[in-house]
Amino acid sequence: MLSDHTVSILIFAGIDVIMALSFYLPASAGQLSAGQGGFMALGAYTAAYLTVQHRVPFPLALAAGGLVGGLVGLAVGFPALRLRGLYLVLVTFGFGEVVRVLFLNAPAFGGPGGFAGIPPATTIWHVLGLLIVLVYFFTRLNGSRMGRAFAALRDDEAAAEAMGVNSTYVKLAAFTAGGVIAGLGGALYAHYTLFIDPEAFGVGRSLFVMLYAVFGGLSSFWGAVVGATILSVLPELLRWVKDWREIFYGLLVLAMMLVRPQGLLDTTLLARLSLRGERAAARG
Amino acid sequence: MSAPLLAVSGLSRSFGKLVVLSELDLSVEPRGIHAIIGPNGAGKTTFFNLVTGALSADAGHIRFDGSEIGDLPAYRRTALGICRTFQNIRLFGSMSVLENVLLGLHCRSRGGLLSPLLGVPFRRTSAETSARQRAEEILELVGLTPRAYQPATELPYGEQRRLEIARALASAPKLLLLDEPSAGMNTQETLELEGLILQVNRRDVTILLIEHKMSLVMKLSKVVTVLNFGQKIAEGSPTAVQRDPRVIEAYLGSE
Repeated sequence: MLSDHTVSILIFAGIDVIMALSFYLPASAGQLSAGQGGFMALGAYTAAYLTVQHRVPFPLALAAGGLVGGLVGLAVGFPALRLRGLYLVLVTFGFGEVVRVLFLNAPAFGGPGGFAGIPPATTIWHVLGLLIVLVYFFTRLNGSRMGRAFAALRDDEAAAEAMGVNSTYVKLAAFTAGGVIAGLGGALYAHYTLFIDPEAFGVGRSLFVMLYAVFGGLSSFWGAVVGATILSVLPELLRWVKDWREIFYGLLVLAMMLVRPQGLLDTTLLARLSLRGERAAARG
Repeated sequence: MSAPLLAVSGLSRSFGKLVVLSELDLSVEPRGIHAIIGPNGAGKTTFFNLVTGALSADAGHIRFDGSEIGDLPAYRRTALGICRTFQNIRLFGSMSVLENVLLGLHCRSRGGLLSPLLGVPFRRTSAETSARQRAEEILELVGLTPRAYQPATELPYGEQRRLEIARALASAPKLLLLDEPSAGMNTQETLELEGLILQVNRRDVTILLIEHKMSLVMKLSKVVTVLNFGQKIAEGSPTAVQRDPRVIEAYLGSE
């Protein structure tokens, strides 16, 4: 079977994909969040606190992590209703920082020393299971009423409203769902690393998550999946990438803006891939 | 005489010091085709924006189908039966022709964020299936069936305008507001558009039309309202309005 090292690479990659999807969901409705690390922290600390302090079974703690992520996502969604583009990025960035500083100053959660003694519970099957549910969800969202409302809001908000889309509701739903996914990711993360501290969920985390999705391409959720997988596994395969991760990612963004600003998977490539699939299905 | 479908009174809107619409009274009778004409900057599109809720009025009342809608957000007005097209085409660029029409069905269909997780796996939900049927019917009506799976913004100009009408029709409007639907169309396309507008109107959709092509206005509308500098300067049958000295002055300038 797989070595422990491989399994750990896969689990971290899986959590990165989950986080990238948590960014992609609101982004698909035009809402860019630079604070997904904050939701991840909330999910991680909530779940860890419950399993450690109250001996809550892991599945329940996991659900609670997602719930808290979602509720706070809803709360962050309200100020976000009035903000667009860069201002929204700044506010969500600020939110992530507020969460980090709050946990830094909360003795009950270990403060800067971190929160240790979390029971090992996350397995590759938990991560894989959640990923399968998410991929299924996003595939179906594509051809659904809400999926189209997301896309319409991103394309042209005023036109979407004129066509009957309640933009307030759709934005809040997108932020809430993004918060749930990030909260679940955080809860899984905490029960695998067994130790969490606020720095693990800071600006760096939020920006990496954003980069994964943007690198993969925002025209489909597959972009987030592919982008996060590549950028998460690559440093493990190439030692020098790991040592120079930040610089490597920075150069990657520069190169991307020059060569392929739309990300790895764009609509043309996706159309070609799905066409090939359909042809194969027709032959088979 | 039946009650008007749309009745606005004392409707005013300014942008800073510029008064764009001032104390406008206007009634639209049900099932007719009512045109609004006037020189550029007369306030026609602003009037549309106020009726659909894209902008809020500084003063005045908007009654639709018997109830006051002036305080409702745009999407609620769409649900009540008001929908529009845009002067500068605003189709959803990331979507196909069919998806644009499906989006127009938003307020007439069901399905929340979690519905993708429900239902039989790998099968469309019944709501989605019926929405698609409806969208295909509408595409058939406007003659865009062969284009269904093309990206909306790749269509030729005239077809994009027709798709805008199709998308608006999907919301099952009682009142359809068309903002210069023939802009940029050639003679042939304008002729087809005329047929489409009449066809839609026959389905009991009341039409409010902003239009610069007088030939189209003359042929289609029963009532014409003329705006100039945010005020109504004339109203009546197309021929009566055309002879009105104030209208001639507005268009040609006084001596």
